Amino acid sequence: MLRLRRVEILTESTPLWEVFIRPRNGLAHKHVGSLHAADAEMALIGARNAYTRRGEGNSIWVVASIDISSSDPDKSSEDFDSALTKAYRHPTFYNVPDGVENL
Amino acid sequence: MYSQGLDGKTASSTETIEFLERFQKRVDAEEKIEPMDDMPAGYRKTLVRQISQHAHSEIVGMLPEGNWITRAPTLRRKIALLAKVQDEGGHGLYLYAAAETLGVSREQMTEELLEGRAKYSSIFNYPTLSWADIGAIGWLVDGAAIMNQIPLCRCSFGPYARAMIRICKEESFHQRQGFEIMLALCRGTNRQKEMAQDALDRWWWPSLMMFGPPDSESKHSELSMAWKIKRFTNDSLRQKFVDATVRQANFLGLSVPDPDLEWDPDLNGGEGGFRHGPIDWEEFRRVVSGHGPMAKERIAARRKAWNDGAWVRDAAMAHSAKRQRARNSAAAAAS
Repeated sequence: MLRLRRVEILTESTPLWEVFIRPRNGLAHKHVGSLHAADAEMALIGARNAYTRRGEGNSIWVVASIDISSSDPDKSSEDFDSALTKAYRHPTFYNVPDGVENL
Repeated sequence: MYSQGLDGKTASSTETIEFLERFQKRVDAEEKIEPMDDMPAGYRKTLVRQISQHAHSEIVGMLPEGNWITRAPTLRRKIALLAKVQDEGGHGLYLYAAAETLGVSREQMTEELLEGRAKYSSIFNYPTLSWADIGAIGWLVDGAAIMNQIPLCRCSFGPYARAMIRICKEESFHQRQGFEIMLALCRGTNRQKEMAQDALDRWWWPSLMMFGPPDSESKHSELSMAWKIKRFTNDSLRQKFVDATVRQANFLGLSVPDPDLEWDPDLNGGEGGFRHGPIDWEEFRRVVSGHGPMAKERIAARRKAWNDGAWVRDAAMAHSAKRQRARNSAAAAAS
């Protein structure tokens, strides 16, 4: 029987996981993508197969997407724009006279 | 290309002019749009369609080549083909995930494909009749795909662009392995060379159709270009493909099955190029709307795979639930 009934397709969906890979020791794990898997163990196996087929890394983290908290994109300017006006947080804000070194 | 079915459809949205202008300004400034950002409904809809069609193409695209894995002539050819088909499965996964960031579920997309409502690249509705077809697919179909996909790495929608960067990096061997197959056949016996020519004869025109309808009939193109989803028009990418591929066919000693093909010094802004003959758009429309020679078989194969895998998905979810219950009762006992 090839014809699928709707109900067969809409089975319980598997959770979504975010995949992070550390390219090599000394670097941080970096987000590379996501995948569906029933649990963390299967997510790790899937991530290994999907995201490290060409030596992309030596360590994988998977995090259930639902567990990630994100800043509110609608408040992006109120959260982050004020930092743009605070030049005094950067070393280039300060004057160093010629002749002064190691500063 | 992988989203040929889009062309000719128009997007609409009810947003205010100010909103649309603000959005266009961001796009014009080459700012990437991320999933949680405000975006016109038409932009979202176009991307969901394009990315899901692209994903379906990767998944259905595994079938014509998978057909030859067990019959690859040598171990070297077999491992290369296995790796290529495995890549395509991965590419489908990256793309479904990119589409999901726009609010459509993997299940919805799968359902559309299995019910035969989704479109995918018309090229995969043709049969792979001989081993030479595997060479021709790598050389021509992946060649055309790469030509289309490289500009998509600069697509304005962040998750799509990032997926395309990965895909392009991984796909660069696909075209070469196809060309290597063709070269081996062309340097082989007469019978082998005939196989290679026969494959080129059958795959040439469908490959040109992969770029979608001509610009004059592709209304949707303009909006996609303005939104920087698309960077080049169908015809300009098709011309680029023809110019590159005709020379490669000459190197192989094969003849391109187009009696009208000729060098035109006026093409490409005066730099010259190969002018190809008329494309059978009737055939294109037939095949892309699900009437290709292999269309029924492709969907039937996907349905079978989905149904045969149902017990695995169910078992994995049941196992996960069982372990969750065990963790919960252990935690309850400890507290």
